[in-house]
This record gives sequence, structure tokens and C-alpha cells, in this order.
Amino acid sequence: MTSAVSFKQVSRHFGSVRAVDAVDLDIAPGEFFAMLGPSGSGKTTCLRLIAGFEQPTAGSISIFGERAEGVPPYRRNVNTVFQDYALFPHLNVLDNVAYGLMVKGVGKAERHKAAEEALSLVRLPGYGARRPGQLSGGQRQRVALARALVNQPKVLLLDEPLGALDLKLRENMQEELKSLQKALGITFVFVTHDQGEALSMADRVAVFNDGRIMQIGTPEDIYQRPKTRFVADFVGSSNVLPPDFVQRYSGQHRWGSLRPESIRVGRATSGEGVAARLVSTNYLGATTRLALDADGLKLHAVVPAGTALPVEGEAVVLTFNREHLHLMDEPA
Amino acid sequence: MRSDRGQSAPLGLKIAAACGLLFLHLPILLIFVYAFTTEEKSFVWPPPGLTTQWFAVTWNRPDVWEALSLSVRVAAISTAIALVLGTLCAAAVSRTKFFGRETISLLVILPIALPGIITGIALRSAFALADIPFSFWTIVLGHATFCVVVVYNNAVARFRRTSGSMIEASMDLGADGFQTFRHIVLPNIATALLAGGMLAFALSFDEVIVTTFTAGQQQTVPIWMLEELIRPRQRPVTNVVAMVVVLVTLLPILFAYYLTRDGDQIAGSGK
Repeated sequence: MTSAVSFKQVSRHFGSVRAVDAVDLDIAPGEFFAMLGPSGSGKTTCLRLIAGFEQPTAGSISIFGERAEGVPPYRRNVNTVFQDYALFPHLNVLDNVAYGLMVKGVGKAERHKAAEEALSLVRLPGYGARRPGQLSGGQRQRVALARALVNQPKVLLLDEPLGALDLKLRENMQEELKSLQKALGITFVFVTHDQGEALSMADRVAVFNDGRIMQIGTPEDIYQRPKTRFVADFVGSSNVLPPDFVQRYSGQHRWGSLRPESIRVGRATSGEGVAARLVSTNYLGATTRLALDADGLKLHAVVPAGTALPVEGEAVVLTFNREHLHLMDEPA
Repeated sequence: MRSDRGQSAPLGLKIAAACGLLFLHLPILLIFVYAFTTEEKSFVWPPPGLTTQWFAVTWNRPDVWEALSLSVRVAAISTAIALVLGTLCAAAVSRTKFFGRETISLLVILPIALPGIITGIALRSAFALADIPFSFWTIVLGHATFCVVVVYNNAVARFRRTSGSMIEASMDLGADGFQTFRHIVLPNIATALLAGGMLAFALSFDEVIVTTFTAGQQQTVPIWMLEELIRPRQRPVTNVVAMVVVLVTLLPILFAYYLTRDGDQIAGSGK
């Protein structure tokens, strides 16, 4: 099967900066794919390489089997929802949405009809006559989405699509984007620095760091079985355990990771386990996050709210199931 | 700067401000008054009598028409050149980073900072060196040097305020470079270009110094006026022309001010 987007050893260097460095990537048609990473990790450059705003320094990119190098953005069947939405302030909402059809020479009546349909799709029917300046952030986001979807792209690129929205709106949009993607069957590629967003929305996630992909996998893979210390730490703030510590429990001299929610915290008198001291507690609503110090090793545990807790500074004993201790590929 | 609205300025300040304004504008009013005087050889105050005959006399003087027509043509063509070059330069400087960008930006603005007489001498010696005879086009070239700056400054300010991703969005939606310019860039910078263009026109229309160095025997309106002041014949004709020039240049500047008052400063208008 042809990949929707395929990167073969793609690099994009800006002078001495390796924004994207020898990246291999295959995105399947109809997939909801997330590129996750801290800022400056190369995820946005990858998106811009697919859109055509950047050209690779080395390697080859193909979109549905067609070579993409040297093809300008306006000849790619790929559309982008920009981080700042980039709506055209001098056009009303309907003309904004119809813009792509207008430059392709579609007649006025036909393109306005298609634009109206796209606006209904993003649940903004009847907003066509307004100016972008008269819309709220969430509405602008929907207009940007409609403006991209009206062109029936093969791949839709979303650059931090929910970054500028408040929490409640963000949660709504997450669900909506997901159901929209299912209904349309278009390949979505979205860039985010929010691991929660990536895990909850994507079929597969690529974790970026320093211009390279650290790991690609399903959200569960990435979360439960991180391959490197970076992934363990960045995705869901796992406890990264040094090889010496891990050897005591698994017999193998390798780096390990342990989810904060896998750690049970007991009174110092309750028998065997890792001796530690409770440094601080952080009330998070549904859970409480504990900062612990096990003989110099800093650990975090998350316990459900309502659990009886030791006081700060008290000695505690930590226990966990051996199968929750994940061994990473990264060499010790 | 605006202080509390309810508080009125002290009387002394009001008087001082009024005096300042009068000092600036009374001489201009005086020119208007002399356009109606019956005394034609010298300017006498108060005017011995008032007449509108000078308007008819001016209308029938072919040299006035020649000067006016030359000035309008020079201003129009210099402005057109400035619009094209100034916009292109502003787009390049504000859109992309390249080696020597700051230098180019400085070099473009320099002609307006240089005294006109330097620009004039420089151009004159350059024309002489290249064996270019003085003509309509040498005047246009001279004027274009400072008209470009005005357009450039206005366009660059607007480009900075327009989001760069808008152009990318347009390309992304299938528009090539030309379509993007026509549908996205131009509508967003149109008012800035109109303002810059009108300022450029006004600047060119009353330019004297550069013109004296780059014109041959031809006279633009300001040059014609200078000549006219030396000859004591039908003097109020000069005043009638002056009134027309004031109106022709003031209206576009006012209009330009209204178009750009929402934040853009009209840089270079102080020349």
C-alpha cells in the first residue's frame, strides 16, 4: 500500500542547525498522525516539508507515491490549518473559505455553495457574511479548518491547532477533530507539544527531539513502553530509573521507566520496598502528585485523591509490581 | 498625548499655542490675500484694492500651463516608478532575510536624509559623466530618488503588520505567486500604497533643489515661481499659482493622513 506521506532519510539544515536530521517516516492513508516534541525539536519543520514551505536539504519525500521535492505548495494536494489561523482579514468568512476554489477558477455560485457546506461541516452555518475580526478564537479555528477542507485535500496538516484555545474549548475541539477525521477519512497530520493531546487524539505518535524521531508508535506503545529516557520523561513524565537501580529489581543492567501511577506509597513500617522520604505533595483534583526522595533518586508518584497520606518529610516505603517496570532500549 | 479630558489648558498655554499657529500659517494666508490685490508691481500692505482679474490673467498665460503640465507629468511618473520600486523593495526587506538587508534598507532611506542639494549635485555630475542630456526624464529620475523612500517607508510599515503566514496560507490553498499578490498582498497594502503615493506626488510637485540641478531649460511650477518673483510684472499671478499648488498638495496629504492614521506613521513626510 502506498503511504500517504513518506520520508526517506529527510534532512533540513539551516546553516549549522539540523532542524530535521535523517528522518524516516511513513504515514498510512486515513491515519490520524501526531508529531509530538518540545519546541525546536523539528516537528513543525517536518510539517512545513510536507506542505512545501520548506525543501529538504537531503533525502526524499513522497505524498501518495508522488515525489514532492521541488513541487511548490500550490501544486500539492495538501492543506494546512495554521497555528495563528492566517485568515484573510480583508475577506469575509465565506470568501475566506471559498478562496482555494476561487484561485482554481471555480464559478462564484458553485464555490459559495461548497463553502457554505464546509462551514456547516465545522458547525458554523450562516457565519459567511462576517469578517474574521468579528469571530472568537474557537470560531476562527473552525473557519481555518473549513477553508482547508473545502479543497478536499488528501492530507490535512494541523500546526498546533488547539494551542490558542482555552481548556474547555480545547477538549471539545479534540473530540470534534477526531470525529471529523473519522467521517471524512482524510489523513490528518498534526503537530503538538502537548503529550495529552497527542495521546488522546492520534492513531500513532512520533516523538521528536533534536531533529530526530525518538520513537513512533501507538499512544499506548509510547506511554507504556518508551524506548529512551527522553520519551519516558517527555510523554507523561515517567520516572526514569538508572541501570543500577533497575538491576536490583529485574536483574538487567539497563535504564528503566516507571509510571508515577504504578508506585504505591506505604508507611515506613509496612515491610519491604524502596525506602524513601516524602518531599512534597501536590493536590491536582482527581489525583495527588507526590515528590519523593529515595536515597538521592528523585521519584514521583500519583495516587488517587482521598488516599490517606503521610505528612511531608516522613519516611515511607515504595512498592510496585515488577511487570510495571519497563526496560528501555537505550544502552546503559 | 492627551491629558485628562475634563481639565482645560491654562490660558497662557492657549495663547502661546495660538501665537505659534498664527506664526506658521499667517504668511500662507498673506499669499492668498495678495492673489486678489490690484497692485501688480510690488506687494503693498494693505492691498490698495481687491480684484479677481488675476485668475483670468493666469488662465491665459501659456507659461503657467506649461509649468503646471510639466510638474503634473513629472510627479505622476515619479510616483508610478516609486510605487513599483518602493513596494518591491519593501517586500524584499520585510519578507526575507538576506545578506546586506540592513544596508539596503539604509541606502533606500538615505536620499531623504541627505540634503537635496547633495542629491542634486550628485545626480548632475553623474548625468554629465554619463553624457545624458537634461530632459524630462532626468527630472523624473531626480524626483524618483526621494519618492521611492516615501512609498518604501509606508509599505514596509504595513508589511510588518501583515502576518507572514497569510501568504503561506494563500500558497497552501493553491494560489501561485501572482494570484497571491493580486488577491492577498495588494488588498492588504493598498491603503499604505495610496498614502505613500499621494505623499510622493505632493513631494515631487513642490520640489525645487533637486529639480534645479536636473532640469535643463524646462520649468516645473516651483522653478517657474522663483523666476517670476524676480520679474516685477503681473506679480499676483504667482500668488494665484501658489494657491493652486497649496490646494493640489495639501489635499492629498490630508487624505493620506486619514488613510494611515490607524497606526502607520507617514515616515518621510517631514521633508
